[in-house]
Amino acid sequence: MNKLNFENAMERLEEIADQLEDGSQSLDESLKLFAEANKLAAFCTGKLDEAEKKLKILIKDQDSYTLDDEETE
Amino acid sequence: MDQEEVFAAVYSVSELTREIKSLLEDHLPPVWLQGELSNFIRHSSGHMYFSLKDQDAQIAGVMWRQRNLLLTFTPRDGMQVRVFGQVRVYEKRGTYQLDVLKMAPAGVGALQAAFEKLKAQLHAEGLFDADRKRPLPRFPNAVGIVTSATGAALRDIVQIIRRRAPGLQMILRPTLVQGEEAAEDIVQAIREFNEFDQVDVLIVGRGGGSLEDLWPFNEEKVARAIRASHIPVVSAVGHEIDFTIADFVADLRAATPSAAAELVAPLHSALRQDLRELKNRCRRAFERSLHQHRDRLMRLRSHYGLRRPADLLYQRRQRVDELLQSIRSSCRNRLVQDQRRLAHNRQLLTSLGPESVLRRGYALCWDEQTRHLVTRVAAVTPGETLTVQLHDGRWQGRVDEISNGKWDQVVVEKK
Repeated sequence: MNKLNFENAMERLEEIADQLEDGSQSLDESLKLFAEANKLAAFCTGKLDEAEKKLKILIKDQDSYTLDDEETE
Repeated sequence: MDQEEVFAAVYSVSELTREIKSLLEDHLPPVWLQGELSNFIRHSSGHMYFSLKDQDAQIAGVMWRQRNLLLTFTPRDGMQVRVFGQVRVYEKRGTYQLDVLKMAPAGVGALQAAFEKLKAQLHAEGLFDADRKRPLPRFPNAVGIVTSATGAALRDIVQIIRRRAPGLQMILRPTLVQGEEAAEDIVQAIREFNEFDQVDVLIVGRGGGSLEDLWPFNEEKVARAIRASHIPVVSAVGHEIDFTIADFVADLRAATPSAAAELVAPLHSALRQDLRELKNRCRRAFERSLHQHRDRLMRLRSHYGLRRPADLLYQRRQRVDELLQSIRSSCRNRLVQDQRRLAHNRQLLTSLGPESVLRRGYALCWDEQTRHLVTRVAAVTPGETLTVQLHDGRWQGRVDEISNGKWDQVVVEKK
């Protein structure tokens, strides 16, 4: 799997919900899926709880890029 | 004489040119002039050179850099423009040209025509094809914004994204959004975001304005930069009613910058709801599966095949107890028998042994030196010492006299 982000975490959660609802897994598999779902849900909640981010300004300096804070007037 | 007069009236080239210059420049006030642009050249110095023409005539024109900087559209050959300027004579070449102070598209009609022409061209190239449009990320981590740092558009976008998705990182690449150089700046900004490669979606736009104000977003190079972006682009130009080339080529057109912010930023409260529902679905399904497995276990446990081993176990255990019991009792029997036999033998031993015989008055007699029991008189010589044992003691005595004869010829009384 790619790096975990909100998007693929939510997609995986949907997948797990479908699989669990399908109900054809062994007890072991269900346990594993449920544990994974809990982890993903915690990750997503964490993402949603992230504090408000400042607006950054993209600045190109020759070949490299930096992000500056917005100037406060 | 005639010749003299002629010669007296001879001008130098400079003099005549100066005369013409003063005639033209002093007597012809600045004018508004409409015509079609042709031979348009934008020199590397920034100055613009062109001709204005109609069906029957043309006039050269120049627009110096410091004046054309303020243009809100890109002049092109074939465009109808209305210019304000003054006729000037360029003495070095002996030509006259219009020194243009202001230039505007000749009515909206001309811009509209340019717009329709480019639109048709790009459409034919397939730049607007639906299958070229990429979906926006459902949950972006960072959004890039290409607009003016001071416009209302940015303010609206920031405000709406903060409200909907506070954790969403916004990165602005400030650009000009109107005037001659805006298009190139916007193109650069889109390229830079693609190089930077850390935003999931781009908003490119500006707030409302006149058709001229919005013109950079109708430029071909902006359209091509949007199409070339590997990051999905949401166009957000002007108001609801404004359609630009950028809108057609973008992956998604937002009616306004505010609308773009709403399209890009998922509503966190709605996401929380989705997340809650997903968690509940997982939990319910997991609990159901847990119950199912438990029920199955219970069914299996009560099944005869599984009860059988336990049953066998109990039977065997009972058998073991029985066997132990029987071993224990047979051991006890054996012990009793052995004890009985021992007692019998002991009695037998007592009755058969010398003790009882001695008690009856018989004696044992042996030679103390050899420790031989004396059983015949022949083995005895007079004078030797023998030991005699009765049942309760013994003595030693010397043999005085020896006589043969059986014991039944002796009569003795028991004391």
